[in-house]
Amino acid sequence: MVTQIAASPLAGDRSRAARRLGYVLVGLLGLTCIAGLAVGAAGTSLWSALADLAVGRELALRDKVVLWDIRVPRVLMGMLVGAALAVSGAVLQGLFRNPLADPGIVGVSAGASLGAVIAIVLGGALPLAAAMGAWIVPVFAFLGAWGATMTLYRIATRAGRTSVATMLLAGIALTALTMALTGLIVYVADDAQLRDFTFWNMGSLAGATWGKLAVAVPLILLPLAASGLLARGLNGLALGEAAAGHMGIPVQRLKGAAILIVAAATGAAVSIGGGIGFVGIVVPHLLRLATGPDHRFLLPNAALLGAAMLLLADLVSRTIIAPAELPIGIITAIIGGPFFLFILLRQRGIVDL
Amino acid sequence: MKRLSALVKLQLSLCAVLLLAFAAQLQAEPAQRIVSVGGSVTEIVYALGQQHRLVARDTTSNHPAEAGDLPDVGYLRRLSPEGVLSVNPDLILAEDGAGPPETMDLLEQSQIRVVTVPMGFDRDAVTAKIETVAAALGVPEKGAELTARVSAEIDRAAGRDLTGRKVLFVLAMQGGRIMAGGTDTAADGIIALAGATNAASGFEGYKLLTDEAILTAAPDVILVMESRGERAISDETLLAHPGLAATPAGQSGAILRMDGMLLLGFSVRTGQAVTELAAGLDGLGS
Repeated sequence: MVTQIAASPLAGDRSRAARRLGYVLVGLLGLTCIAGLAVGAAGTSLWSALADLAVGRELALRDKVVLWDIRVPRVLMGMLVGAALAVSGAVLQGLFRNPLADPGIVGVSAGASLGAVIAIVLGGALPLAAAMGAWIVPVFAFLGAWGATMTLYRIATRAGRTSVATMLLAGIALTALTMALTGLIVYVADDAQLRDFTFWNMGSLAGATWGKLAVAVPLILLPLAASGLLARGLNGLALGEAAAGHMGIPVQRLKGAAILIVAAATGAAVSIGGGIGFVGIVVPHLLRLATGPDHRFLLPNAALLGAAMLLLADLVSRTIIAPAELPIGIITAIIGGPFFLFILLRQRGIVDL
Repeated sequence: MKRLSALVKLQLSLCAVLLLAFAAQLQAEPAQRIVSVGGSVTEIVYALGQQHRLVARDTTSNHPAEAGDLPDVGYLRRLSPEGVLSVNPDLILAEDGAGPPETMDLLEQSQIRVVTVPMGFDRDAVTAKIETVAAALGVPEKGAELTARVSAEIDRAAGRDLTGRKVLFVLAMQGGRIMAGGTDTAADGIIALAGATNAASGFEGYKLLTDEAILTAAPDVILVMESRGERAISDETLLAHPGLAATPAGQSGAILRMDGMLLLGFSVRTGQAVTELAAGLDGLGS
């Protein structure tokens, strides 16, 4: 009895539960990874392939392509994209002290959409188009996401101080402007390009290749690792900017770093995965409901749960109507929406940052 | 002894010839597990009587109706690599524009033959499609036969002169606005084959038209796709449109409906489509 009290000096300290949840999530991610590699439309069996490899037998070409060139990059990409979206959502909700914040709020999604539609519709006429080939859509989506977020950051920063409120409002204006430009280009698009853009907006991990992964890994992993350094600052920020400043937290540097991290991670995630919604909102909130808002645990757990959730969604996406494939954005919204509402209604009243 | 060895030699060489012939046969072994991507390609495979070799089709392949029983690998521009591989194909017949490129690269990497069928909206495009498909299937004689039949049908149907009959193809109505087919579309191609004039010729592709543009286009006939379900555009909706109602077509209620795949597929039934379209145009007003 006494030891228990000593171990949790504060009533409501949930850090031990959060740490334990972290281990559970590592296990969950491991299981979803294995499932992602083992299950698919093609009848290729992971186990027989592993057995073949173990005894040094050569794999059939088709099995090799399915496992090594389709499933492995796809699982890795799903993990990266899911982790990036969930962590970005958690960081932004902490930064804006607003439970509705998600990467869309800083213009990432709208910017990426604009970049993608420019590449899809005007692709052939753009400089360097031939050199970029199939890369043109992700490259432009990334440039669009990054450009929109940086513009917004510049607008909201006056005399070395970033106003979070200005950023929120300017974000709405900039998103409207970006969407108008997107609409303009959609207007001149032909039928096939429209279809391409619609599908891009619904998201998919089907385009995962080793080449894309090589570019995405540093762009996503570096910001994710750096986000760990923000945890204490974001915790302080929950008390308000002034209070955080008095506590000795370099508030302006924190804001700048958070925006950079989100722009790089989500920019890269959206550019390779397309418009995958909901992960950035659902995952952080689920974790806050379960183990509280302490960012030291929230950020790593969000990365783990985001990765696992997107892998599960992708598993559904590629098997439910096999041999065809349902866009993953539809699945994250269809499964995520009601599930989130259910949790919310059951625990009504304790949703807080 | 000498004679014996000569005999053995003869036997050996015969064996070798036979083996070689067998190997050649193996090499030319035509594909038996085919995925057909694109509605017009699937129609051609059926018209060539080769449907028993199909193992899957894409979402746009809805004619003939039996094609619907085959597994669907998805929309032709959004094919999933593992989905296509899962039906274990040895040949993929794809309309030009099938993709995405990542999927096509992976299919090539797994050494599956991919034959791209050229697209286009005139008679030559139809014959080129049939020839490409027939060659890929290894049935060039049947292909030549079908090409001759289809081009004769188109020629016979296209003999009419309906010049000056202005046709507006309405693809869809979005929020009360008309999306019409301009130049460089399948609609434009089939209207031209029927000998009529496309009323909406000032732009490329399918576009939303303003009421004024519709009035200027002044179509004599409105052409729409017959589709099942609620997506069909009803006569009332069309005639209630303020721009359309004031055109000659709107005044006389000249609305022509045709099956979308027949009208716009540019495949084996294009001759029939031209005949129906021309007959319909002839029958309506004037």
